[in-house]
Amino acid sequence: MFNHLLSLLIWLPVVGAIPVLLAGSTRPDLARWLSLLVAVLTFVVSLFLLLQYKPDTGGMQLTESYLWIASWGVHYGLAVDGISVALILMTTFVGILVIVGAWQVIQDKPHQYMAAMLMLEGLLIGVFCATDALLFYALFEAILIPMFILIGVWGGPRRVYATLKFFIYTFFGSVFMLIALLYLYQKAHTFDLATLAALPLTMKEQTWIFFAFLIAFAIKVPMVPVHTWLPDAHVEAPTGGSVVLAAVMLKVGTYGMLRFILPIVPDAGDHFAWIIIVLSLIAIVYIGYVALVQEDMKKLVAYSSVAHMGFVTLGIFIGFLLVRESGNTTMAMLGMQGAMVQMISHGFVSGAMFTCIGVMYDRTHTRLIKDYGGVINVMPWFGFFYVLFAMANCGLPGTSGFVGEFMVILASFAANPWIALFAAFTLIIGAGYTLWLVKRVLWGEVTNEHVAHMKEINGRETFVLVAFAAAVLAIGIWPQPLVHLMDSSVSQLVQQLAIHKI
Amino acid sequence: MPTLNDILIMLPEFYLVAAACLLLLLDAFVKPEQRPQLHWIAIAVLLVGIYLVVVGQPEQAVTAFGGMFVRDDVAEILKVFALGTTAMVFVYARPYLIDRKLLGGEFYTLMIFAVIGIMLLVSAGNLVTVYLGLELLSLSSYALVAINRDAKLPPEAAIKYFVLGALASGMLLYGMSMVYGASGMGGRPTLDLAQLHHVMSYTTAPTLLLFGLIFMIVGIGFKLGAAPFHMWIPDVYQGAPTPVTTFIASGSKLAAFGMAWRLLDGGLGDLSQHWQLMLAVLAVISLAIGNLVAIVQTNLKRMLAYSTISHMGYLLLGLSAAGPEGYAAAMFYAICYALMGVAAFGVILALSRAGFECEEIADFKGLNQKSPWMAFLMLLAMFSLAGVPPLFGFWAKVLVLEAAIHANMLWLAIVGIVFAIIGLYYYLHVIKVMYFDKPVDGSSVSLQQDKPLRIVLSLNALSLLALGLYWGPLLGWCRRAFGL
Repeated sequence: MFNHLLSLLIWLPVVGAIPVLLAGSTRPDLARWLSLLVAVLTFVVSLFLLLQYKPDTGGMQLTESYLWIASWGVHYGLAVDGISVALILMTTFVGILVIVGAWQVIQDKPHQYMAAMLMLEGLLIGVFCATDALLFYALFEAILIPMFILIGVWGGPRRVYATLKFFIYTFFGSVFMLIALLYLYQKAHTFDLATLAALPLTMKEQTWIFFAFLIAFAIKVPMVPVHTWLPDAHVEAPTGGSVVLAAVMLKVGTYGMLRFILPIVPDAGDHFAWIIIVLSLIAIVYIGYVALVQEDMKKLVAYSSVAHMGFVTLGIFIGFLLVRESGNTTMAMLGMQGAMVQMISHGFVSGAMFTCIGVMYDRTHTRLIKDYGGVINVMPWFGFFYVLFAMANCGLPGTSGFVGEFMVILASFAANPWIALFAAFTLIIGAGYTLWLVKRVLWGEVTNEHVAHMKEINGRETFVLVAFAAAVLAIGIWPQPLVHLMDSSVSQLVQQLAIHKI
Repeated sequence: MPTLNDILIMLPEFYLVAAACLLLLLDAFVKPEQRPQLHWIAIAVLLVGIYLVVVGQPEQAVTAFGGMFVRDDVAEILKVFALGTTAMVFVYARPYLIDRKLLGGEFYTLMIFAVIGIMLLVSAGNLVTVYLGLELLSLSSYALVAINRDAKLPPEAAIKYFVLGALASGMLLYGMSMVYGASGMGGRPTLDLAQLHHVMSYTTAPTLLLFGLIFMIVGIGFKLGAAPFHMWIPDVYQGAPTPVTTFIASGSKLAAFGMAWRLLDGGLGDLSQHWQLMLAVLAVISLAIGNLVAIVQTNLKRMLAYSTISHMGYLLLGLSAAGPEGYAAAMFYAICYALMGVAAFGVILALSRAGFECEEIADFKGLNQKSPWMAFLMLLAMFSLAGVPPLFGFWAKVLVLEAAIHANMLWLAIVGIVFAIIGLYYYLHVIKVMYFDKPVDGSSVSLQQDKPLRIVLSLNALSLLALGLYWGPLLGWCRRAFGL
């Protein structure tokens, strides 16, 4: 059984969605419990994965490979390294929380909602362990289907616009990646990522392939200027959809960069690293200012997600500068590690922020900041969690948000103090928009009738928030296990940065 | 003199001719209340046909009647799927035909004759056989489109189909005569496709040959429904009774691929450098017109008609690669499209009932509320047509794109992929209507309760998912047929 652990992780939620669907609209409670059972089982299996994975050895482990399409040499190939394991654990963890979070909130066709969530979870896990480029691509695209349904059916008033934009935008990006993959297939006659990584390519080829990959992943991350789908999708998505979108789906973009851009086109990556670095800094600074003026809480958090993901891309690509220009592998390691920690941390923090907004939205049915004020007076416990996550969002030491950002800023200082200067702007702007949000929503007198009637969080909501808080604090106070888990994989990535393929 | 062996090679075709005639007789002699039973006999006839095709398949390609008829693996695959999809059309059509009092021998006999036309066409080893098969298919199709003769649209559609179809047949025939003429200049005139293959090397009239090629491409383009020879498609798709549309969208496309391959690769393979670019241009125009015009359609059948045009563009992408890889990809695409088309039209048939065609996109509003299962099947068909993984349609697109890149036509692959993004919109629109819109009050989509229809349709749509997850064997089968 244990050599099929990864397959089990992918297929358990996907197949588990079928009984949930069959449980049908007539027995919604059965559907809810079934989906919770599946999600918990998946989480338990992912804990086994953690035990099985040997972080000291590094490399791809728990490999599964079967010939899938014989005439094309496509493999159903799965394997994980430390980064994948961390992302998979986060996915399964968040998977439970969104199902618990949607328990009462989704009253319309709950079985379909839960089934879509489970399928999404399974496909996302698949993306994080595919070692065959075509398999990766298929899963990468397939995650759009459940998300499209989730936003479109259970979303807000402008859900149709948002979900169509989301689908077409992301589809647009990824098709160019498909062309690039087919081109690579012509040269290598395989889609195996390890083989593609060793394939020599001229600079011209690398450039085209780099941009084809970049457009696919930049839209997913999303990076400036192709981030415009994100605020719409977030605002209109149901709470659970927003949580998965922010916590897991955005990471698919940066994960793809690690798996495709870094190993396959390292020289083009180095040559164009400045583009990514500039775009990341724009995301950090400019999008931070954009977040400041938002009137919709979800939009604010969505923009802050773009800014935080800017740290991830910065941390990854600053490595090129460090390794290739000054040979500073230690600092490149630090930056890459920071990016990885930031990925995981942002998953929990943004997920928690969206959950908090969802909790308020369920009570008042508005997301506008001006409709709130003095929430802390009626919901003190909720206020406690909200402030905690807000602090994590602006990177307070002791929370997970601090660790990653600090490491990335340190690394970029070694590359170029100017980059570090702009990156460090986030400490001010991030604090600005988050604290101002907290001030307007939580503090002060109760401003209106609706707020006065808000009820304190119930047990279910408390469970979700406590779980998120535990994760945020655990990474913030003791990041060592997480860093250790990814350490050898990160150092391998950094070694790849130095390889010339021309 | 035809030998027994010749007849054995053509046994499936002879058997179907006999069965179709028998069906016509039965229809004339059975009591009216027993006529619905013909339905099951007709399905059995097709299934036995599949059996005969598969069982009698020789190891190597063989010819009969002095090279007029070729029985090879390509023909086998196309025949199996043509017969299979037609049997599916029969199953889906039954409640529709009963509601409109069309159920009877004519429908089944004409359909079977059309299938015989397909079988001849895909097995043709001679220009005459191509033409015979094409005419048998076309004439049966014209009559089938007009089968509901009391309604307003079908006769109009049939006339359009007939006039344009006759014109295209004329073009094809004219082209064939030029090719025949060119083959006679500098050698012995021939109609045999295998011998025509080398005409280019010895003919003293290469220009005439090229002219013939162009006229033949017009005929092929018409049969495929590739732009700019697509004008008949929207009107016929919309005007024809839905079961007939389903047939034209499935079996007929397989035939068109078979014909294109026999003529272009078999007969005029030496001219591939000339027709390659022509097909590429047809592909680009089809992709553009099909995808762009489909966006504004409000009638689902018409939208699917334009979507067919764009899908034929993808098929041409594979054909224009002009190599076994490309042909295998194009055949894979044709099979995939046939299965998707049958599924999409099958849902329309399942939702239609007496006096209600359920063919406007608005008729699907809120389908997920009323019938989640049907909505789900349609969702599979739409995502597959749009080419979203993990569904079957995605892999078919990947294959033709790969074939185009393989043939050094990266630009064509990029055009293809860009139009795939544009095309995505209108398929998503159907899903949006089914899932995100509220049902209109007063409209009551009541499902056909026909059990076989529901079961076969479910299997059909789920097969799009299953083949999407595991398409290796089918691809292997297609590639083996082209010697890969």
